[in-house]
Amino acid sequence: MDLTYSPEEEAFRAEVRDWMEANVPASPLPSFDASREGFEAHRDWERRLAEGRWGMVTWPEEYGGRGLDLIRWLIFEEEYWRAGAPLRVNQNGIFLLGPTLMEFGTPEQKARFLPKMAAGDEIWAQAWSEPQAGSDLAAVRASAHRDGGDYVLSGHKIWSSRAVFADWAFGLFRTDPESERHRGLSLIFFPLDAPGVRLQPIAQIDGETGFAEIFLEEARVPAFNRLGKEGEGWKICMATAGFERGLMLRSPARFQMAAKRLVELYRAHEKQCGPETRAAVVRSFMETEAYALSIYQTASRLMAGGTIGAEASTNKIFWSEMDIAIHRTALSILGARAELVRTAPAVDDETRWLDGYFFSLAGPIYAGSNEIQKNIIAERMLGLPRG
Amino acid sequence: MDFRFTEEQQMMADAVRSLLADHCQPADLRRMMASDKPRDEARWRQIVEMGLQGVLVPEERGGLGLSEADFVLVAEACGYACLPEPLVENAGVALPLLAAVARDPRAEKLLERALAGDITVAVKHPQNPFIADADAAGAILAVSGGELYLCERSDLELERQESIDPFRRLHSLADRPCPVAAIANVDDIATDLDKAVDRGALFAAAQLLGIAQRAVDLAVAYAIERNQFGKPIGSYQAVKHLLAEAQVNIEFTRPVVHAAAGGFDSGDIHSRARVSHAKLAAAEAADIACRTAVQIHGAMGYSWEVDVHFFLKRALALASWWGDPRFHQERVAQRVFSQPLGAERTFAREAAGG
Repeated sequence: MDLTYSPEEEAFRAEVRDWMEANVPASPLPSFDASREGFEAHRDWERRLAEGRWGMVTWPEEYGGRGLDLIRWLIFEEEYWRAGAPLRVNQNGIFLLGPTLMEFGTPEQKARFLPKMAAGDEIWAQAWSEPQAGSDLAAVRASAHRDGGDYVLSGHKIWSSRAVFADWAFGLFRTDPESERHRGLSLIFFPLDAPGVRLQPIAQIDGETGFAEIFLEEARVPAFNRLGKEGEGWKICMATAGFERGLMLRSPARFQMAAKRLVELYRAHEKQCGPETRAAVVRSFMETEAYALSIYQTASRLMAGGTIGAEASTNKIFWSEMDIAIHRTALSILGARAELVRTAPAVDDETRWLDGYFFSLAGPIYAGSNEIQKNIIAERMLGLPRG
Repeated sequence: MDFRFTEEQQMMADAVRSLLADHCQPADLRRMMASDKPRDEARWRQIVEMGLQGVLVPEERGGLGLSEADFVLVAEACGYACLPEPLVENAGVALPLLAAVARDPRAEKLLERALAGDITVAVKHPQNPFIADADAAGAILAVSGGELYLCERSDLELERQESIDPFRRLHSLADRPCPVAAIANVDDIATDLDKAVDRGALFAAAQLLGIAQRAVDLAVAYAIERNQFGKPIGSYQAVKHLLAEAQVNIEFTRPVVHAAAGGFDSGDIHSRARVSHAKLAAAEAADIACRTAVQIHGAMGYSWEVDVHFFLKRALALASWWGDPRFHQERVAQRVFSQPLGAERTFAREAAGG
C-alpha cells in the first residue's frame, strides 16, 4: 500500500493545473439545460478540452484520449473541479456510451462515433425510460422494425436527459416484436433531428428543461447504429448502467469541492450556527473523504485487473445521499435567505446552493432509483433471495 | 499511489482469519463464558505461536518491525470473531509503546518476555477509565500523575469492573502509590503516548468494522433461513433494504480504516484526523449493523440464545474505547477548520516543520 503520489503523478497534476488555470472560463457558463446559448457555450468548452486532449484522459489516443490510468483520471478530476471548470454537457456520451462503445462496438462504430464524442462535435442524450418502463426498464415497448438495411423506430421515450439540445440519443428498443421482458431488446442510436423524431421538453422541478419526451414516429436509421448483436440490448444496457452508477459519472472531486464551499459558508455564518450545524459540516467533510478513498481503492483494484460489481450500487446510494446532506446543511446555514432566486435584488451567492439542492434531489432517482440499488445490493452482494 | 494490501499482508490476515474460524466461533465463546476464565488457553497458545506479538515492535528491539497497515486486517478479523483474548491491545498498542519507552534492564526484560509470548502487557491511559485484561496481564503500563509506570501485575491491587461484554475484563487500580519508580515523564514521551492512543483508536475501528460485517452476515444467514408468509423473510424488500443500508455504511467505512492504517506513519494532523474519522465511521457502522441484526432476528434477536448480542456488546464497548465520539469529532473538526481543504488534498501531508 502506497498512499503517496509518484513524482510522475505529481508532474501530471502540475500539467493539468497549468492548463486549467489558463483555460477555464473566468465566469460560470449559463446552464446547459436552460437555453441553446448555454448548451452551445458548454459545447465550446468540450471542444477546448478536446483541443488540449483533456476530453477523456483514460481513452485511447486514437479516439482523442491519452490512454492514462484511473489514478491519473482521479488526479485530472481533482484539478478539474479545483479549477471550477464547467459541468460536462456530454456526460451521457463520454461517461456512459463511450465506455460501452469501446467494449461492444465494432471498429467502424468506434471510429465513427468516439472521436466526434470526444471532440464535443456530437453531444449525446440517453433514451431509456418510457412512461410505463421506469424502474422496470425491461417493460420497454418502443420498437425497431428491420427494413432492409435500416431500422424503423416507433415509440415514446421519456426523461431523456439533455435531449432538448443534444445531437444524438441512444436508447433501448424491442427488435423482436414477439419478445417479452429483457429478451429481444437492442441498443440503437438515432440523431435527434432525424425525420420522425419529435421532442417535447419537460420542465423540471427547478423550471429548467434538462430532459424531454421523445416521440418516435417511424424514424429511420441504418442498422449500423445498433450496438452489439440484435437482442443483446439488455446486457449492454446493464453494462452502461454500471458505468453510470459506478466510477465515472460522479467523481469524488466534485463533492470534495462542495464540502470545501460548505466549510467556507459555515465560517462566514459561524456566529449564527449552533453545534449541530458544525457537526453536520464536519460530517459532510468526512463523507466526501470516505467517498474519495473508496474510489481510490476501487481504482487501484481495477488497475490490477479487478472488476467493478455491486459497488456501483453502493456508490450510487452513498453519493446521492451525501449530496443531499451537503445541500441541506448549506440551506440551513443560509436560513431565511435560502429561498431567494437568481433575480431577487437582494440575492448574493445563495442560488448556487438552492440550484444544487434541487439537482441533488434527482440523485436518488436517476440511473436506477436507490430502492432498486438496495435490491441489487441485497441480492447480488449479500445473496438474499429474489422476491 | 496504490491503495491495495500486499500479498503478504493478505496472507497474514488470512492465517488469523482461518485460525479464528476454527477456534473462535460463538459456540467457543459460550463455552468460555461458562468457564469465567480470562482466556481460552489452547486458542491463546495458537495465537501466540503465530508470533504476532511483536508485529509493531522494531526489529532492533526484537519485533517484526511491521507497520499499522500490516496489522489492520488482523484487527478486523479479531472483531469479526469477537475474539476475547487481547491480541489487538497487546500487539497493536501495548508492546509498541513498551518498546518505545523501555530503557532500563527491567523494562527490557519484560519486553523480551512479552515478545516471547510469556506475558501480555495492559495499558492504563487517561483516554480509558479502566484497564482491559489487567488480571491476566503480566505487566501494566500506567500513566498516572504525569508519569508513566511499568508495574508487574503482582505489584498492583486490581478491582474488577464488570462490563456488559462478558469477555472484556475491565479493572481499576486501587488508589495507592505505585511501588516502583516511574520509567518516564509523560512530557518526554508525548509522541509515543499519542501514537498509542492513535493505534488504540485505529485498531478499535478495525475491530468495529469486522463486527459490523459479522452482524450483517449473521442477519443475512437468518433472513435466508427464516420463513414467514410462506417465503424467506430475506426476500421481502423491507428486510433487504435494512441490510443493504447497513452494508453501504460498511463499504464506506472500510477504505477510511485502511487509509488510516496506510497513512498512519506521518502522525500529522491529517493522519490523526483520518484515524478519528475511521473510529467514528466504524463505530456508527457497527452500531447500525448490530441493531439491524437484532431487528432482523425479531424476538430471537432479543434473546440470549442468538449470537448477535456478543457483537452488539463488543460494539458498544469499543465505540468509546480509545476516545469517545466527541473526542474524535473534535479532532476531525480541528483538521477541517485549521487546514486547507479541497479535492486535491485527499492524501495531504502537513508541510515539513508545520
